[in-house]
Parts: sequence; C-alpha cells; structure tokens
Amino acid sequence: MTTTVAPAAAALGLENVTCAFAGRGGEGNYIAVRDTTLAVNAREFVSIVGPTGCGKSTLLNVAAGLLAPSTGRALAHGVPLTGVNTRAGYMFQSDALMPWRNTLDNVTAGPEFHGVAKAEATAKARDWLARVGLTGFEDRYPHQLSGGMRKRVALAQMLILDPEILLMDEPFSALDIQTRQLMENELLELWSASGKSVLFITHDLEEAISLSDRVIVLSAGPETHPIGEFAIDLPRPRDVAEIRMQRHFTEIFEAIWQVLKSEVLKGYAQSRR
Amino acid sequence: MRKAGGDAKISGATLALCQAGLLFAIFGAWYVLTETGVLAPFFFGRPFKVAQVIWEWFASGKIYPHLAITLIETILAFAVGSLLGLGIGLWLALTPLASALADPYIKAMNAMPRVILAPIFAVWFGLGITSKVALGVTLVFFIVFFNVYQGVKEVSPVVLANARMLGASKRQLLRYIYLPSATSWVFSSLHTSVGMAFVGAVVGEYLGSAKGVGYLILQAEGVFDIDTVIAGIFVLTVFALLLDYIVTRIEARLLVWRPKTAETEAM
Repeated sequence: MTTTVAPAAAALGLENVTCAFAGRGGEGNYIAVRDTTLAVNAREFVSIVGPTGCGKSTLLNVAAGLLAPSTGRALAHGVPLTGVNTRAGYMFQSDALMPWRNTLDNVTAGPEFHGVAKAEATAKARDWLARVGLTGFEDRYPHQLSGGMRKRVALAQMLILDPEILLMDEPFSALDIQTRQLMENELLELWSASGKSVLFITHDLEEAISLSDRVIVLSAGPETHPIGEFAIDLPRPRDVAEIRMQRHFTEIFEAIWQVLKSEVLKGYAQSRR
Repeated sequence: MRKAGGDAKISGATLALCQAGLLFAIFGAWYVLTETGVLAPFFFGRPFKVAQVIWEWFASGKIYPHLAITLIETILAFAVGSLLGLGIGLWLALTPLASALADPYIKAMNAMPRVILAPIFAVWFGLGITSKVALGVTLVFFIVFFNVYQGVKEVSPVVLANARMLGASKRQLLRYIYLPSATSWVFSSLHTSVGMAFVGAVVGEYLGSAKGVGYLILQAEGVFDIDTVIAGIFVLTVFALLLDYIVTRIEARLLVWRPKTAETEAM
C-alpha cells in the first residue's frame, strides 16, 4: 500500500532531512530526525503518526522553515526554502494567539503584517470569524475564550492568509473528545472546499486515519525516520465520528497499528529510562 | 466581579468601621500622650496643631504650588525613566552582545544606593526641578528596565513563531510582539515605579530645593517645627494614596487582556 512521491514535484517536500541538536549532557550530537524524505501533493491530506517525543514537531518546523535542517532540504512547490515557508500556514499545538489582542485583532494580524489596509483586513476577518462560528466574540481576549474557541481563532488566523499548505501540529490534542471531533469535521469541510494541502501531525492513529488521504508512520526517536506509508481509501466526505465504525476503518487501523505498535513500545521504554 | 473563597467573616461596612475606629484610637492615644506630657510635644507634635497646619495650608492655598511642583517632578521622573527603561531594555534584550557587555555595569548601578546621587544632581542641575527629576529617573529606570528585559525574554516562543509564520518582519515582531509584551510588564510594575518617582521627587526636594512639599518639610525641620513636619508627611501620604488609586484605575484599563484568577461575573 505504499506510494512514493518525488518531493521536488509536490506541494511540500522534505528531501533527506536530518536534524541534529547539540548534545544533552555532553553526549555529542542528539540526532532527532535522520534521513527523512516525504512529500505532500497538492490537495492531499497527509498525517504523520508516531510515538510521543519522536521528532514529529521537528519535521513540521523544518517544513515551516522555522528550523533549518542539519542536512537535506525542504521544498515548497519545488522551490527550496531559505526562510519561513511563505506558502504555508501553521497551527500550533499550544496556544499561539497574542494574549494582548482580542479575537478580531488576532485574526487581522496576518493581513496587517502583509500591509493590507485595516478596513479590508477587518472585513475579511469578520468573514472568517463567521465561518468558524465565532461571530459575537470579536471583542473577547484569548483568556476569555474556551480551548475550542481559541483553536477556532487560530484556524481563522491561519486561513485568512489563504495559504496553499496547512501545517498542523496536534492542533486538537488539548480538546475534549466531542469538541475535537466537531473541529475535525469543520477542518475537513474547510479543507475539501479549498483544495489546500495539509500535513497533519498527531499521536492519535484514529484521528490520522479519519482525516487523511495518506498516513506516514514514524519510528521512535532518536534518529526518527518514516517506516511505513498507508493510503487511506475511505470515501469522502467523511464524518470523523461515524467513519470509525466502518469495517474498512478497523482493517486499516489494524494494518497501521502492526507497524506502529513496536515503535510505541520502544518510545515508552525510552521515556522510562 | 466576585472572588471565590476568602476566610474573612466580617462584612465590608463593619470592616470599614473597625478601620476608622483603629485610626481614631491611634490619634486619641497620640493626643492623650502628648497632652499629658508622657511624650514630649516638641518631639512628637500635637495632633490638633498638625491638623491646624494642614487646614491653613489648604485654606490659604499656600500648599498648592508646592504640591504642583512635587507632582510635576513625579510625572516627569516617571515618564522619562519609563521611556529610557523601555528603550534601553528592549535594545539590550534583543542584542545579546550588548547585553553581555553591559551586564556587570547594570548590576553595579542597580546595587548602588542611588539616592546618594542627589547631591551630585544638585550640583549638576541646580536646585530647580531638573535635579529632582534626575534622581527620580535613576530610581524608575531600573524598575522599568528589568521588567522590560524580563518581558522580552519571556515572550512565548510559540507566539513568536506564529507571528513569523503569519508574515511578520523583524520590525513588525518588535512592534507587535516584543513591545506589547514588554509594556505589559511595565504596566504591571506601574505601582512600584510611580511610587519610586514620588520618592525621588520628595527626597530630592528634602535634600535641597526652593519649592515642593519636601522643601516645606525641610524648612520646618530647620526651625524645629515638628507639627509642620508631621503635617507635611500626612499630606504626602494622602497624595501618594491618591496617586496609587489613579494608577490602579489606569492599570485596570490597560491590562484588560490579562486573565484574573478565580473570578466569575455577577449575574
């Protein structure tokens, strides 16, 4: 079930990326990611799953251009990144909203940075807030919103710039399961209408399968690399809560879990050392 | 807004009454002790004399120019000290080399008892308000400086990365991320820095001046008029409380985005 895509031809590509960090406690270099090549096609939803602490976020930061790899390169539409990936939007795992700006001003931040006129940015932001269901909350500050609402603001903040590539780092992991499934369905709806490419990181295999076209499994760290790639041929549109009950879902889950299981155990053993 | 918990059992009105009673008791004791001669009025003053002095100050309007001078000195010291602290704090926090270079000197200057600079400022700037402002600035600067420095260092790396992904340039990061984060720390130290500006003004006046409440105290002390000294202290205290109240109001406005702990809105 493995598909391979040339990174240079894809919307987003990582080519032989290795990330080494200065050693912990003088043990020499710590290699978080080794020799990883992966690609996300245009309009494709790809998830990366792996045990906790395996370097998933490192890979995403390389794709975002926030982190330069030690060797290898990241490409956006075939163009190697030299700084921040301007064609990508990033949704972080933890809160990334500016606490001193209210909902509206957080969403207008992106257009403002790009020099868009205030009135135009505000109109656009109101439109996006309506789309993520936050009309009436424009004046609230982040601390006055629930976790789910903050995620919606972050989503609007990212999407208002209309990025071609969405990078998402366990964006819903802090939410309760109901809110999470609602957000996942909303994400799928927004994505399917937009034709954007998504690289979604999660440690939750069910989440990965229910959302994606393709799931990439990473090995436990250090020296993380992809060890499996699975096409998810479930029909769309999907409802993330209902699709889990399909037989084929379970089959896919079992196939991937066979690969993931030993890595999770390895990761667990390492974390206990 | 209501706060949950709290073990105080007495109501607000009762508490205010008790506080007033305590004040009355202290003044009563002061009055009795000085009138009966247990405490020498020459050293401890007499409450009614003190009240009389204060009354005369305000009735004749003699105090207002002095209060105005002290207030102007306080405001100028606060404004100049804050701006310098903000500017230099931002600069040093964002330039690791400069900060490493300046670090021991900043520490030394902060450790130095800066009130002792007052005579030097008096020589440099004369007896007018400039020397008092200069003293206040040296006191305010370090409070603001350290808060700004901290504020920049504590900017969440995620918020920063997010702003970069949203397309913020280096200058925009400074203006939209570092500056708001730093100013929020400055605002949260507003009480201390306004208080310090006030201390600078009054101490400066006390050490040599021609106007201001500190000058009134200095003059009275020169003729052993302890009642007037105490009256001056009372006026300064009330004035400081008033300043603090204004700062609290300003703070509440500027920091609306800050989460408060354990708070529900009254229905």
